[in-house]
Amino acid sequence: MTFFEIISLVIGILLLAIAFMAINSKKLINSVLFLSALSMLAVVAFVLMRAPDVAITEAVIGSGLVTALFVFTLLSLKRRESE
Amino acid sequence: MRKLFGLLITIALGVMIILALDKTSAFPKFGEVDLQERISSQYLTEENIEMVGSANIVTAIVVGYRGFDTLGEVTVLFISALGVAFIFGGTKQKRLDLKFKPNFMLRVGSNVLLGIILVTSLYIILHGHLTPGGGFPGGAIIASSVLLLYLADDKFRSNVKGFKLMEGIAGSIFVVVGLLGLIFATAFLENFLPVGTVGQLLSAGIIPIIYVLIGLKVGSEIAGVVDNFLTEEESA
Amino acid sequence: MIQYASIILFVIGIYGLFVSKNVIKMIVSLNIMEIGLNIFIISIGFVGDGAIAPIISSTQDLGLIFVDPLPQALVLTAIVIGVGTTALALAFAKTIYKTYNTFELDEMEESA
Repeated sequence: MTFFEIISLVIGILLLAIAFMAINSKKLINSVLFLSALSMLAVVAFVLMRAPDVAITEAVIGSGLVTALFVFTLLSLKRRESE
Repeated sequence: MRKLFGLLITIALGVMIILALDKTSAFPKFGEVDLQERISSQYLTEENIEMVGSANIVTAIVVGYRGFDTLGEVTVLFISALGVAFIFGGTKQKRLDLKFKPNFMLRVGSNVLLGIILVTSLYIILHGHLTPGGGFPGGAIIASSVLLLYLADDKFRSNVKGFKLMEGIAGSIFVVVGLLGLIFATAFLENFLPVGTVGQLLSAGIIPIIYVLIGLKVGSEIAGVVDNFLTEEESA
Repeated sequence: MIQYASIILFVIGIYGLFVSKNVIKMIVSLNIMEIGLNIFIISIGFVGDGAIAPIISSTQDLGLIFVDPLPQALVLTAIVIGVGTTALALAFAKTIYKTYNTFELDEMEESA
């Protein structure tokens, strides 16, 4: 096995494990953070497949802005519950 | 019971997808593709690269060959931003109160960081035809700098009307540049400026101009969405 | 390898849509499906370990082996549309919470 095959095997297994945890976690905020980690792993997969343009875009948008939007939605709800 | 049922259906669906794609051109053996059999090899010939003039071939496709597609795509983004503004809409809006209170150091430090982030985004946008990056990630970085300001100061409101104006102006100039292509050349969004040498900053004709416009438009749209998520209607 | 992982990722997203009854979980599942599809489309254009990214420094580089640039261009725009649709879906979710005071679909039916 070459180095490339080992890395892609590890990335593939991690992708599936984190996706499974994102769906099965009890707390919503954990689910959102696992989605962010999944985006970051997808960035590694894109770099492995020689797509730097897509990797930069996914790193900024997928794991930055989308996670921020999810967290803001959850934050505004927590506040309403405490009232 | 429902979980078991869902698991069975999804396994069946996965097997079906793999069987349907197997041995078709959409599912080649990983890493054993011959690019010469595909139409994409046309993008990599010398005469076509000298015609477009962009060193980054992905940019050449996004803005050059498929520019009209990109115009439709920024329109989709505009419509979804409009939908978010419509749902959260209200006349009197105030900032959402966060649990934590930012202190003085955080405010000053984030103002220093803001300059660095904006310069990085400008670099990424301007070199979109030479290096990886371009208008889409650069615009998203502009939006994330606005997000930093929102998080560092709990009284801060950005100028939302200014963002809307900038977005409208950038979109209009995009269409005007396309129409100029119709006047000076033969087709909508066709290059009418000199191409220059491949690999230099001032090259590739209208591609850097359009990518700067896309960056401004995407940045102001996503910044408007962030503002909508961090404000709420003034409730009694 | 990554090709099969991306298809399974897509299927996991569909499983999440089936199983979860929470609105936020459903949006997370849609995002997982989107990531799986993006990785699959990129993997179609990969031509082998020796290839390099489709960025040239001059026209003398054209003898080298490049990966397919067309799937990358398609995915680049798809990611940016993804953030727009996710923002719209979250706006709907917030409106649902305002009306029913819950994210769970079962509790919504009871209170309706």
